[in-house]
Amino acid sequence: MARHTRLSGLEPLVITPDLLFINVGERTNVTGSAQFKKLIKEDRYDEAVEVARQQVENGAQIIDINMDEGLIDSEAAMTRFVNLISSEPDIARVPFMIDSSKWTVIEAGLRCLQGKGIVNSISMKEGEAAFLEHARKVQQYGAAAVVMAFDEQGQADTCARKVEICSRAYELLTTQLDFLPEDIIFDPNIFAIATGIEEHNNYAVDFIEATRELKKRFPDCHISGGVSNVSFSFRGNNIVREAIHSVFLFHAIRAGMDMGIVNAGALTIMDDIDPPLRERVEDVVLNRRDDATERLLEIADNYKGKRGEAVVETLAWREKHVRERLSHALVHGIDLYVVEDTEEARQLSTRPLDVIEGPLMDGMNVVGDLFGAGKMFLPQVVKSARVMKKAVAYLLPYIEAEKLRTGDMGKNNGKIIMATVKGDVHDIGKNIVGVVLRCNNFEVIDLGVMVPAQKILEAAIAEKADMIGLSGLITPSLEEMSQVAREMQRQNFHIPLLIGGATTSRAHTALKIEPHYKAGTVWVKDASRAVGVAQSLVSKDLVEDFLAKVRADYVDVRERHRNRGPGKQLVPLEKARAHRFRCDWAAYEPPQPSKPGVTIFEDYDLAQLRPYIDWTPFFQAWELAGHYPAILTDDVVGPQASELFRDAQAMLGKIIAEKWLTARAVIGLWPAANVGDDVEVYTDTTRTKRLTTLLSLRQQADKPIERPNLCLADFITPKEFDKPDWIGGFAVTAGLGIEEHLARFQADYDDYSSIILKALADRLAEAFAEHMHERVRREFWGFVPDEVLDNDALIAEKYRGIRPAPGYPACPDHTEKTALFALLDVTRNTGIELTEGFSMYPAAAVSGWYYSHPDSQYFVVGRLGKEQVEDYAKRKGWTLTEAERWLASNLDYEPE
Amino acid sequence: MSTLPWLHPERVALLEQALRRRILILDGGMGTMLQAHELDEHGFRGERFEHGHDGHAQIHDNHAHPGGCDLKGNNDLLTLTKPEIIRGVHEAYLEAGADLVETNTFNSTRISQADYKLQHLAHELNLEGARLARAACDAMTAKTPHQPRFVIGVLGPTSRTASLSPDVNDPGFRNVTFEELAENYTESANGLIDGGADVIMVETIFDTLNAKAALFALSELFHQRGTRMPVMISGTITDRSGRTLSGQTAEAFYYSVRHARPLSVGFNCALGADDLRPHIQTLANLAESYVSTHPNAGLPNAFGEYDETPEHMADVISGFARDGLLNLVGGCCGTTPAHIKAIAEAVRNHPPRALPSATQVEAA
Repeated sequence: MARHTRLSGLEPLVITPDLLFINVGERTNVTGSAQFKKLIKEDRYDEAVEVARQQVENGAQIIDINMDEGLIDSEAAMTRFVNLISSEPDIARVPFMIDSSKWTVIEAGLRCLQGKGIVNSISMKEGEAAFLEHARKVQQYGAAAVVMAFDEQGQADTCARKVEICSRAYELLTTQLDFLPEDIIFDPNIFAIATGIEEHNNYAVDFIEATRELKKRFPDCHISGGVSNVSFSFRGNNIVREAIHSVFLFHAIRAGMDMGIVNAGALTIMDDIDPPLRERVEDVVLNRRDDATERLLEIADNYKGKRGEAVVETLAWREKHVRERLSHALVHGIDLYVVEDTEEARQLSTRPLDVIEGPLMDGMNVVGDLFGAGKMFLPQVVKSARVMKKAVAYLLPYIEAEKLRTGDMGKNNGKIIMATVKGDVHDIGKNIVGVVLRCNNFEVIDLGVMVPAQKILEAAIAEKADMIGLSGLITPSLEEMSQVAREMQRQNFHIPLLIGGATTSRAHTALKIEPHYKAGTVWVKDASRAVGVAQSLVSKDLVEDFLAKVRADYVDVRERHRNRGPGKQLVPLEKARAHRFRCDWAAYEPPQPSKPGVTIFEDYDLAQLRPYIDWTPFFQAWELAGHYPAILTDDVVGPQASELFRDAQAMLGKIIAEKWLTARAVIGLWPAANVGDDVEVYTDTTRTKRLTTLLSLRQQADKPIERPNLCLADFITPKEFDKPDWIGGFAVTAGLGIEEHLARFQADYDDYSSIILKALADRLAEAFAEHMHERVRREFWGFVPDEVLDNDALIAEKYRGIRPAPGYPACPDHTEKTALFALLDVTRNTGIELTEGFSMYPAAAVSGWYYSHPDSQYFVVGRLGKEQVEDYAKRKGWTLTEAERWLASNLDYEPE
Repeated sequence: MSTLPWLHPERVALLEQALRRRILILDGGMGTMLQAHELDEHGFRGERFEHGHDGHAQIHDNHAHPGGCDLKGNNDLLTLTKPEIIRGVHEAYLEAGADLVETNTFNSTRISQADYKLQHLAHELNLEGARLARAACDAMTAKTPHQPRFVIGVLGPTSRTASLSPDVNDPGFRNVTFEELAENYTESANGLIDGGADVIMVETIFDTLNAKAALFALSELFHQRGTRMPVMISGTITDRSGRTLSGQTAEAFYYSVRHARPLSVGFNCALGADDLRPHIQTLANLAESYVSTHPNAGLPNAFGEYDETPEHMADVISGFARDGLLNLVGGCCGTTPAHIKAIAEAVRNHPPRALPSATQVEAA
């Protein structure tokens, strides 16, 4: 067997000379990627796993994992992350590189690695003995090792020192130990060049020359390095950085560098670099002239913020053949010329339908492939769909005429009925899925929102649909979906049922929906998975295997759920109540409002709300992962996020200037007292006449003594203290008048704008709630008249008091909105209506309670025991079954 | 590691000499042979565990009370309670022509014995298991001095997996760590070595990370003892997908364990010889070490029984031998002395697979 480095993940990686250069993905590194660091620090491991996936999809043959950060428990993070990505076959197929400057972290990683990975790195910085001890352990764990050119004197910077240290390390490894030469990967240190410090100018040359010599001396070993270090002084200017990387790699690879830690997928091809830039970059990398750095700096700014050669390209693509023009327009989402191009293509075709089935579908297939490969993102896909729809709309009259003439109906991939279920008005996610499916040549019949089960089923029969897709956002929708599944079974349906939406999950689908419907139920995680699922379901070859796999998977989920045994035991209600939140009520002075009673705000100025917008969820709606504003400069989604943000800002400007939307609000403050787990609300401070009683639910988890079993009512002074405490309520909307504009976009086949508008209206409503809450704290209730918090602090909930919303974790009973709406006469005062599922319409609306206690906090009620559900039903005047239906998501037991 | 001297240099020399000359024969299944004795709970307990606890343990030993736990099915316990039966199985395989017999220690790790609340027996089971096999081998070698017999000390996979989550909702969760496994294997290996094993075999590897923990423990143990033993490695391709339970291909599996510089590498269990062939072929092409296989007697039938006949199995295996894929061969689940006898006859006239000369490590 030839002396090649033989690594493995789930699959082998043999480093043979014909591979030339091994790309090691660098993005799963907290020291190199601010985005990844943030994900780890915020415990967002799901998204961190996606970063690893993208690396592999973009061509990383190995992924580097580094958790070296002072505020992270690096060993625990390494263990957790490696375990997580080991469970993802499309990531774990490649070998992992465990990267840390701390040996204990490296060992933690190695202990999770079933394959043969690479340690990055070991060195002689603590002397030969420690170096050999680590190397011996690396052998025992079965890994290869990066050996850094680092000794007791420090990191090697000159060519001579690099070669000398690496040679000494090689000698030790192969004579003192029997380390295989092919398992040694030298890292002769890539340092930043063009820093303005003269000694740094030759660093790239030193690396390249050391590489040449090392490869000559030790042909079985490899040479690697962290490539992005070299361009560190140009951070913020990705075009120049990528050019430096390409030029550096070009020369280093020719000298023998055969592995590198790079941003896989972001490497520019040498020939694609703008010639003047390339020349000056080469001057810098090869240290060819004394003024190289100055000359590169002179032109560097010309490339800042530019995305390649977009300007030149815009002119060039118009010269191409009409097929390519259509494809270009679709891929780039340009609708400016689509009608004239479509007409030209029509004239060249025998039938108008050929334009759709030919060039347009070809273009959309490219879009689908790029999206599937993670090279395009949702906003771009939706824009592409807009171009497609416009072209199709133009062709439609011709197709109809043709149909009348020939009776030819054309064909598509399949037909899907989609609907947001009864009681729910949320449809952004569903619309995105619809667009993506249409892009893939599915016929989507969208029944809209609040669609009753029977209407969905009738449409499916009438349209001879191939499948049904249900969506929903609020928790009662889960129960409704399960209802639809039962109905489909009862009415003997045989088409698959797809389930999606933010509150749905694989577990819920497996446990509560799939068992009710025999023909197949599939949970679809997000829009990017929808196409694959739908295609499998309409494919005669795939459908049986696919459904069998899904069924087996769900059986497994149910099995595991059953075998999981009792989770954490709940404490009895009595005990939870005894362990309630307490404060020194005798000493507590509840703040008195400056303006009690109900206040109505008609036609609120939207411009005032704009600064309160929390943008992060806006990007989430588009399945772009990351926090605002960092997302705008993110290496992966940055350009798309920026473009989307620009479009959103432009529309927001219009919404405000042209008054597309009307914002209305109503707030109220009433005397209140806590009785048990309830809050009594009174007409006035004499507290003689009760307006209503608000019911709360209490946590029943077994909590340590210092953490009480919380219940919202606890934050109001108990009645027996006879102190005048208060509670507030609010309802705001920024969605009035949206229909007219949505209809306008619909008429223009512009889903992109339509989805932006809905997402913006949602954001404005949330901003309105934030703004109103601030005003309440400062003016209407006035307990912190001098509060000054910026928007980040507001988003981080740094204020006194809370505004929990019925239906959300602290008060999961959606039906309590009835009491809120009655107190505030919401529908008359603002135009917001409650659906039968207790969802608000317009969807861009927020309502909730105000609590002022300084210790009040947001919390999750969590699981409820039967005892509490029974008690709650009694207080509410419900039967037990009704209570179990409305609290279904919180039950700790199986209702009978 | 490979610079350490052998613990039993003369036995290693004999073994390597035999391996260079011919295809060596491993033994067959233990479970099938034990079933024939139709032991009940009482039979499994023997005298020592008759009264529901370990009669040999100290009164105050908390681990010594198996309580209401059934011991029937704990085959490894028979080493202590019915040693004559285990010795009889070893002898039957030696009579059938086996050059190497495997100790009855597949589940003799602390983790696996904990299922019977007998974790305190881990060391003893390995020690006694190796002694039993040693005695059987020595007696046979005395009868056939031209054919020396060897004891393979077996380290099984344990009942847990270090790289797979048992909780579908939490893929990051693990119910056993590398360190725990390494501690388990250290304890078991110490027993096997002290009981007189010639070779240690890490076998039926579902999850390569478990095996890596075993190999880590062995290298650390050899390092501490200052002497080493030959190590055999045998993975398990769980089904026709051609991967281990933990998802690796045969080639990836080999690269993951190759650092232990094993005497042999191979596959056993889960599949019959026909289905194992492509994976043995992969190893035969790549491995610097000897190649072994001990397949099941086919795939289980509807009743969970193995019904591939000795003749059929021997026929398939003779094809392996003819094509130069093999150095060691035996049987796993469902195989009996009749299978081993047929296999031994079938491979007798075929030369063993030649080692790739360039980087032969163990010969150094």
